[in-house]
Amino acid sequence: MIPTQFDYLAPTTVEEALSALATHGDDAKILAGGQSLLPVLRMRLNAPEMVIDLGRIESLRGIRDDGDAIVIGAMTPHSVVGKDPLVKEHALLIHKAVEHLADEQIRHRGTFGGALAHADPAGDLGAPALALDASFVIAGPGGTRTVPAAEFFVDLFETAIGEDELLTEVRVPKHTGWGAHYEKFVRVAHQWPIVAVAATVKGSAGSLEDVKIGLTNMGSTPLRAKATEDALRGGGDLATAAQLADQDTNPPSDLNGEASYRRHLAKVLTRRAVTAASGG
Amino acid sequence: MTRINLTVDGAKVADDVEPRMLLVQYLREKLGKTGTVVGCDTSNCGACTVHLDGTSVKSCNVLAVQADGSEVTTIEGLAATYDGGDLHPMQEAFRECHGLQCGYCTPGMIMQSVAFLKENPKPTEEEIRVGIEGNLCRCTGYHNIVRAVQLASGQGDHQSAGASTVGVPAEEATS
Amino acid sequence: MTAVADAPDMAKEIGRDRRRKEDQRLITGRTRWTDNLSLPGTLHLAMVRSPFAHATITSIDTTEAMAATNVVAVLTSEDLGESQGVCINAWPITPEQVTPPHLPIANGRVAFAGEIVAVVVARTAAEARDAAELVDVEYEQLPAVIGIKEAMKDEVLAHPDLGTNKSALWVFDSAAAGTGTDVEDAIAKARTDGVVIEREFRQQRLIPAFMEPRSVVVDPTGEQITVWSATQIPHILRFALAATTGVPESKIRVIAPDVGGGFGGKLQQTPEEMIAFAVARRLGKPVKYTETRSESLVSAHHGRDQWQKLTLSAEKDGTVTGLKVELQADLGAYVAIVGGGVPVLGAFMFNAIYKFPAYHFSCQTVLTNTTWTDAYRGAGRPEATFGIERMMDELAAELGVDPLVVREKNWIKHEEFPFTTVAGLEYDSGNYEIATAKAKEIFGYDELRAEQKRRRESNDPVQLGLGVSTFTEMCGLAPSRVLGSLDYGAGGWEHASVRMLATGKVEVVTGASAHGQGHETAFSQIVADRLGIPYDDIEVLHGDTQIASKGLDTYGSRSLVVGGEALVRAADKVIDKALPIAAHLLEASVEDVKFHEGRFQVVGTDAGISLAEVATATFAAHNLPDGVEPSIDADATFDPVNFNYPHGTHLCAMEVDTETGQVTMRKYTCVDDIGNIINPLIVSGQVHGGLVQGIAQALWEEAVYDDQGTLVSGSFVDYLLPTAADTISFEVDHTTTPALTNSLGTKGVGEAGTIASTPAVVNAIVDAVRHLGVNDVQMPCTPERVFNAIHSQGSGGATEGAAMPHFDPDAEPGTSSTADQQGAGA
Repeated sequence: MIPTQFDYLAPTTVEEALSALATHGDDAKILAGGQSLLPVLRMRLNAPEMVIDLGRIESLRGIRDDGDAIVIGAMTPHSVVGKDPLVKEHALLIHKAVEHLADEQIRHRGTFGGALAHADPAGDLGAPALALDASFVIAGPGGTRTVPAAEFFVDLFETAIGEDELLTEVRVPKHTGWGAHYEKFVRVAHQWPIVAVAATVKGSAGSLEDVKIGLTNMGSTPLRAKATEDALRGGGDLATAAQLADQDTNPPSDLNGEASYRRHLAKVLTRRAVTAASGG
Repeated sequence: MTRINLTVDGAKVADDVEPRMLLVQYLREKLGKTGTVVGCDTSNCGACTVHLDGTSVKSCNVLAVQADGSEVTTIEGLAATYDGGDLHPMQEAFRECHGLQCGYCTPGMIMQSVAFLKENPKPTEEEIRVGIEGNLCRCTGYHNIVRAVQLASGQGDHQSAGASTVGVPAEEATS
Repeated sequence: MTAVADAPDMAKEIGRDRRRKEDQRLITGRTRWTDNLSLPGTLHLAMVRSPFAHATITSIDTTEAMAATNVVAVLTSEDLGESQGVCINAWPITPEQVTPPHLPIANGRVAFAGEIVAVVVARTAAEARDAAELVDVEYEQLPAVIGIKEAMKDEVLAHPDLGTNKSALWVFDSAAAGTGTDVEDAIAKARTDGVVIEREFRQQRLIPAFMEPRSVVVDPTGEQITVWSATQIPHILRFALAATTGVPESKIRVIAPDVGGGFGGKLQQTPEEMIAFAVARRLGKPVKYTETRSESLVSAHHGRDQWQKLTLSAEKDGTVTGLKVELQADLGAYVAIVGGGVPVLGAFMFNAIYKFPAYHFSCQTVLTNTTWTDAYRGAGRPEATFGIERMMDELAAELGVDPLVVREKNWIKHEEFPFTTVAGLEYDSGNYEIATAKAKEIFGYDELRAEQKRRRESNDPVQLGLGVSTFTEMCGLAPSRVLGSLDYGAGGWEHASVRMLATGKVEVVTGASAHGQGHETAFSQIVADRLGIPYDDIEVLHGDTQIASKGLDTYGSRSLVVGGEALVRAADKVIDKALPIAAHLLEASVEDVKFHEGRFQVVGTDAGISLAEVATATFAAHNLPDGVEPSIDADATFDPVNFNYPHGTHLCAMEVDTETGQVTMRKYTCVDDIGNIINPLIVSGQVHGGLVQGIAQALWEEAVYDDQGTLVSGSFVDYLLPTAADTISFEVDHTTTPALTNSLGTKGVGEAGTIASTPAVVNAIVDAVRHLGVNDVQMPCTPERVFNAIHSQGSGGATEGAAMPHFDPDAEPGTSSTADQQGAGA
């Protein structure tokens, strides 16, 4: 319950944070909202010598309209994202996923960028970000670079963010008018999803113009249900297309279910998510 | 050690703390605010819920240094603690509806319920249940906690907390 | 004459939904949890625990830990020696029981993961924890035996020195006991011309998971060593401390201050308490130990954990002719304070509310390299109720009749009470007919059956099932003679005192030690009526051996039916003692004075004096009758002659999504008969909470070990307690058949909901999908198990696999990207 000793820095600018990271490198942990990091520290599963808190960097907070995309600052709390009208209008899928993320207290404290950078394949934001083709703005010693979602998630708890870099914001292309649904399957409410499906749909049931589907906890990273998407774009019927949802996935087996059961869930939940997203 | 300044339950406080000190430990050990308790180590139980700058947080999941400059309200600052003092309507409702038994989850449950109603003043039962999903209770089965939040929101009444079973006559059965 | 003859007529407080006295403090945070205590000079303890389930300790190097700043001591089992006492088993269930010695700190060998191997003492809890990680313990791993079925093989031994894992075999046979006929005959006959149902059920291992982690503070600086502990059993703890350490009982004071739930999980004499006691004595300073939740889950005792092999024989008309129960129960690594007695408490309950002519029960307890098991809410009776209520549904299904019909055919009719059961208990009262009728009506049983039929016919992907549980239980532990005959190490009486203060206020002292139940309120109501003293003038004191010097504490739904009766008797003695003083003050003869509603009245006159005035006059003692002592305080110790038998009918409707296996509770109705109700609000709370714990066993909770003996569900991330969002509002009602064995006519309610609800839920799930070929789903009924049961027609299989690493335990800084270091969000 008591973390090991560490030193603490609370930079007020991204530059200061990058400089602290350069100095402390391997010995440092970055603290965003802390809702996953602090449990790790409390249980002494990790013992950093330095914690760099991004909480005082105002520029990392907030959501803005940027033409064909909305931009969500990495340190924007989930509760702010969940209530934001821009997100609801242009990225309904994120709005829906955030609604069910963890619990209210965690949403007050946890941050959009922190959760994505944590890259838990059971986290609720990866699949929507992937489905919406979000891109990740990463600041480093040499300036900033932008990484598409498809390249951002590398492996279990591993992303494209380098050791000396920080995620500063996430650009989400506008999906204005798209329907969306996040179908989350849990045994009890305070659990990470056993499987979840993030679906966003242009058009309505019967006349789908486009569909994008992300899968939560079906592999070591968030995944797209590409085969299902392709089948639907090709005019396939949903029941058949949903049967392809587990293609190219590699779901885990754990206390909450075997991989084979997760594969089955992915198909059922995909059908339901697309149906709900298209107003079915 | 890092110097922090906060306002806790209306009073200005300042201390030197180790960066590793959790907000809940600061409240309990440094300030003696033992009304706020610790129930788990994975931030599932919500027993340590307090208000940080007006919103509910799990105080085990915040470092004291992160709260520097902030305003914290604990269960002890929600209302007068002396007998006969005015209680917060949520506290009244928990008592009225028997929304507590051992009382260990109660501070967190009340603080979360207060924060929840601030965002959703007239919730449905379903919304209440989801609104307090970050708080575990092992005694009440949540039934009367939900009644309490309904009562505090000006909806429902305490009768459905079980008091309606008063006066069930010692009926036929005694024959 | 007795002056109290009129007392029950007043009945003003009993039956009222009084708001609880306890709540003002609890809702304002003005609490006295053990961990809140902070004595000057307190030293803090951290435990060094074994990561291995079974290992020899080859060395313990404390040098580095001792050298750490602010560390005061690092102590091993050898260091503490006999001062640490032992953890006792108070209920050896057979004379031959194999019982491994259980030291608070393991000496030379650990037998489960989480067992304590050393204790670090430091100025702060943080420094103690830091130094605990510097204690270098070398282990040589031994093969571990995990699970009952492996233990029964006796191939790998939990304790090699004992030569076997089998601890005790306890048998009850109705033919041998003379309480019934031979079950083998009944089964043999049914195999030829009747029905035989054979099932094997798993009672998974659970963790009580009280919300307040255990904590203990010991102050050795006074003449009495004072122990504050988050315990249900301050009196029993004091006895155990004294009996095993040699410290005189009179030198020990145990206080259970505010205790945050127990559910049986704090009915224990714990290693941590023993260690804190020993360290405080050794160092002469106050010490404190508070466990983390993860420590609690791995080291506080677990519950349930049985395999149940059941054989039920019946005639073709549904009349049950016999029940044979073969249990195997996992004790874990040690035989805990009640330990093997828990399944034995179930021995008397498998026959439940039914008139079975033949009954055989056997229970084999086994030792494994896991956390020890002991009482968890219901203790033995939920397991038994689950077994028989599942079997009655299976019998109904076999016969193609409604499950309520088959129950009614076999249950004890209300006119047949008192009834001596095939297990030898005498049920004093009950009325299963009206409880069931009322439950059916409130539930809308017939309408739901009609909906179930429609859904089946339309092949709805969401099927509906109705589950029944008509339970009874034996509670109010317990008649001392019965406990003696079962070789339990103590009695089952309870003690109470009523102190009449000079100002007319009353202090009530009870030996029942509450930890959330609301004794202060309910007991005040009882005394208010009995003495005619205002409710608010009564203070209930408990949980401190210096104040409540005698008691046997709170568990087994005993506080009201045993402790409450002691209180009634003490109150009646107060009136008896006050009567001659009142008569003297009224200048009347004792025969002419009657006590009514708090006043002694001279019959036929206006002359009278209140009990409070008598108390004041007694305090002054200026004018008392000759030979009368200046006190009207009184004590009473009550030993019940029988158990107490609440019963009820629980009906549950579950929806099963056949596509995913997800189960959703639609409706839950229970009509419990708990006799006369003192406070309906408190009763409702006990029922609601009990229901959810029983429902949680059916649906969510399971302590899972991997084959190495690591507790996989070792945090609240993986040991799944339900939230408000996972549960529903319940329909709770009552019928009232007063108990005949206590003067208030009350029955216990603390465990009823938990005992009854588990089979109702599982029966409902099985009922929903029985037409798909399912006749069992193993608990907890996870979506995956339900899905598997539907599609492969087994019971769903065991829980396997590791927990998910959401907190990224293995990633070291820099070994992956900094991305995973940006913790947030979950």
